[in-house]
Amino acid sequence: MSLTPEQRGKLTLVTGVIGADTHIVGNRILSMALEKEGYKVVALGALTPAEDFIKAAIETAADAILVSSLYGQGELDCRGFRDMCIEAGLEDITLYVGGNLVVGKQSWNDVEARYREMGFNRAFPPGTRTPDVVDMLDQDLKGRAGGAAA
Amino acid sequence: MSGESALLIDFGSTYTKLRAIDLDAGTILGAGQGPSTVTSDINVGLDAALGDLETALGSLPDFRHRLASSSAAGGLAMVTVGLVKELTAEAARLAALGAGAKLIGAHAYKLTDKDAAGIAAQKPDILLLAGGTDGGNEETIRWNAEKLAAAGLACPVIVAGNRVCADDVAETLQGAGIDARVAGNVMPEFNVLDVEPARAAIRDVFIERIVHAKGIDRAEARFDAVLMPTPAAVMEGARLLAAGNDAFPGWGDLLVVDVGGATTDVHSIAEGAPVSGSVIQYGLPEPYAKRTVEGDLGMRHNARTIVATAGEDAFVRESGFSADRIDAFLAAIEADPERLPENDDERDFDAALARSAVARAVKRHAGRIEIKQSVTGPVTVQYGKDLTAVGTVIGTGGVLVHGDQADDILHAALFDEEDAQSLRPKKPKLMIDNAYSLYAVGLLADAAPDAALRFAHNNIAGNPASGKEGIHGRSPAA
Ligand code: B12
Repeated sequence: MSLTPEQRGKLTLVTGVIGADTHIVGNRILSMALEKEGYKVVALGALTPAEDFIKAAIETAADAILVSSLYGQGELDCRGFRDMCIEAGLEDITLYVGGNLVVGKQSWNDVEARYREMGFNRAFPPGTRTPDVVDMLDQDLKGRAGGAAA
Repeated sequence: MSGESALLIDFGSTYTKLRAIDLDAGTILGAGQGPSTVTSDINVGLDAALGDLETALGSLPDFRHRLASSSAAGGLAMVTVGLVKELTAEAARLAALGAGAKLIGAHAYKLTDKDAAGIAAQKPDILLLAGGTDGGNEETIRWNAEKLAAAGLACPVIVAGNRVCADDVAETLQGAGIDARVAGNVMPEFNVLDVEPARAAIRDVFIERIVHAKGIDRAEARFDAVLMPTPAAVMEGARLLAAGNDAFPGWGDLLVVDVGGATTDVHSIAEGAPVSGSVIQYGLPEPYAKRTVEGDLGMRHNARTIVATAGEDAFVRESGFSADRIDAFLAAIEADPERLPENDDERDFDAALARSAVARAVKRHAGRIEIKQSVTGPVTVQYGKDLTAVGTVIGTGGVLVHGDQADDILHAALFDEEDAQSLRPKKPKLMIDNAYSLYAVGLLADAAPDAALRFAHNNIAGNPASGKEGIHGRSPAA
């Protein structure tokens, strides 16, 4: 069941491209699409260090962080991401990651499993369409949209 | 005396300084000085200073404006509290410094009982409480307000955090008898800085309460208003000079370096956006009018730190003095912080200290670029303000005004090929504010902007080496 734009307006998402990765196009498309659907989006852009996602999420009391990684080094850049969130008091935050998450062609099931193990709630393969992302977010965040989104 | 005149008063920590200004001619009529007597009766020092001025002028004119600034009784002592160190805590710090405060504490994240008790014991004049973007984090600012209220904090608090809960936070504080007021959030949106409302609120509290708390209002019959802390007046002066008005074209982006006895202050009036389109701005954007205070770079109260910061070997090379002689100079200064140089060697030593302080202070103030290696090759990232294109650098402070090496000293503020990542001014005009007039310009900025600008243009000289018309023994900051 999808959320109304009003409900989404109570939810804050932090987006950005992690590490030394400059591939901004997909992340920008995604951020704009999510904003258009009603979400409050804090877009950090390209070349964003992991700790900056977390700092932004603290100040804005974000509900989810959406990490993009396109250039193949995502596994290195995302290592310890969930632990850093827990350290910063964001143990309940929803974490998504998407893009070209590994070098070359590998089985998606393996890739997904590895990112799940790192603490991401969901991982998305290349070519993910934005409406699918909105559906997932609505589903995962509906518990927070009603009342206090802490 | 041709026409209207103004009396400008600086209630300083050591002296009460007066300047009488001819508003039509834009010239200094005379100056007077007395001791600072805030701790007993402010009137005593002010009377002495007025007497001094009267002697200089023959008689005191009927002043059109009588405006004052104050850095008396330790200046405007502030503590700032925010959430993330690099975000709202930094925004709060920048706002307080920009308002001319002396920062005695800067905190981030949740305060402990001990932190809060420590702050209360410091007895700041004002506390600036930030945290959370609008609609963002509420938990920390609420928590911190509770802690501060419980700790028995006595000073006024300006709440400049998440607007969703700002009123609640103010109520919590008011419940404990604290004068708490809500101002606009210093960071209304992520990475968007808005320090002006907080600065205005600080100014209001300063005028309404601090002037009284410091006993300055006992002399209130003798002036129209104490408008702001002295460092804020310097900042306002620099802003007016940069902007200009219909009658006087602005000077554009500028940098002010004030080398004092206890601190070296740097003000920049410039956006500082990346000059090249391929450079990516990173981190918190900084305010157009930015002030930094280097408490470890004072010519008299921490001369030894200046040498240590430069590195003793480097200082030996740069100054041309042996380590032993440097130590002797420092010992003499430490024995008498009021000491003025008495011979050429001492003047050379002071100039070396000042070059070092200026270089370090401007480097800390200015932004920098870093080359990040990505797989395709290098990407240039900018932190802070790019000041390379700043057109004017104005120096002030005793060592620049009274020494004979002002040009050399100010050159230390400039871009350095060997340290090309530091975005300091490349080809500015170097100016000296001989009469410490920027603060006067700031005080007159609202009441008489034309006169203020005329005065600035007459008194801030373009050829530092030649113009030396200091009118007082020491600059207020020295
Ligand atoms: C354009 C491009 C570039 C441009 C980037 C310009 C810019 N500033 O954006 C330039 C030329 C600079 C570039 C450089 C490099 N690139 Co390139 N680049 C591409 C290319 C052709 C298109 C990327 C793009 O914009 N796609 C369009 C957008 C809309 O799609 P998207 O990014 O995938 O995003 C969508 C989804 O993935 C999803 N999504 C994205 N993020 C997230 C996050 C979440 C949480 C979710 C749910 C969804 C989601 O939603 C988006 C919208 O639908 C791709 C190949 C390809 N066709 O994908 C290679 C590609 C990404 N690049 C690649 C490489 C290797 C490089 C370089 C290392 C090349 C080199 N050796 O020099 C450098 C790295 C530079 C750096 N430091 O980042 C590889 C990565 C291989 C890997 N991961 O194993 C690719 C896949 C090409 C290839 N097949 O080899 N590149």
